Amino acid sequence: MRKIITFLFLAILGYYMVNLMNQIPFGEDRMNVGRYYLENTVSETGSVNTVTSIVVSYRGFDTLGEVTVLFLAATGLGAILFDKRGKKRRKQHASSLVRTTSKLLYPLIVLLGAYVFVHGHLTPGGGFQGGAIIATGVLMMYMSYRKFETNHKALTIIESVAGLTFITLGMTGLILGQTFLENFLPLGTPNTLLSAGIIPIIYSAVGFKVGAELTGVLDTLLKTIR
Amino acid sequence: MSDALVILIPLLAVVLVAAAIYAVRQKDLLLAVIGTSIVSLILSVLFFMLQAPDVALTEAAIGVALTTIIFIITIKKTTRYEE
Repeated sequence: MRKIITFLFLAILGYYMVNLMNQIPFGEDRMNVGRYYLENTVSETGSVNTVTSIVVSYRGFDTLGEVTVLFLAATGLGAILFDKRGKKRRKQHASSLVRTTSKLLYPLIVLLGAYVFVHGHLTPGGGFQGGAIIATGVLMMYMSYRKFETNHKALTIIESVAGLTFITLGMTGLILGQTFLENFLPLGTPNTLLSAGIIPIIYSAVGFKVGAELTGVLDTLLKTIR
Repeated sequence: MSDALVILIPLLAVVLVAAAIYAVRQKDLLLAVIGTSIVSLILSVLFFMLQAPDVALTEAAIGVALTTIIFIITIKKTTRYEE
């Protein structure tokens, strides 16, 4: 009986979905917003990467919300799992091949992460991607060296300073201009590193914040297993 | 879109669906996690081919590395086999 009702509801839903989809001509460009972004991004924000200009400039407030969500998730995880005594992790190292490779690759991965978030307005990627790449580098060191440790206090400080930078820049835009996160720095010439006003600064702050948060999450999680 | 992509994208999509089904059906949770990790890896390649490099970077770093290790730690702290 229940299955029949479920099927009936699904059929009704499917019927109306098909009807709705049939009204939209296939493959036709009807996105006015998308076209607006593609045409005006470079002149309005100075950022060559359209995705970055949307994420940080046009929809910067949403990004602040996302950063807050990540912060809350990391804090919640820490609150539940953080062990003050800090259980000793097993002293057994990975094989020497793994250890040597990760020692060689670790600085390069961190460099790549920093490159990705510093060049967020020029090349694909940005704060979230760069921060996640840095966290994977730290994770690799955690897996190969049992004694490898990160300074949890320093992570907290980096996270707080980066978050405050984001909000301060946003408030400065509100004071000097009209809206939160409004650009108040010169746009510069597109396609150069020092362009796009506050976008590179905000993305660097997001990169530091996300990197520190994800590293903190991994640190907390790995400390709970022996 | 070049000819190679026209063949490669459906091929990768089929492997992706197969890996996803494997991850759902597998009773050994460690292997299931590897399945989801393969899904993320192929998905990231597909995103890159479909000209979304921003999403591809996120998927590669978070889906392949971080989510997998968090699942593995959880499995280590709970049980490995599904009942």
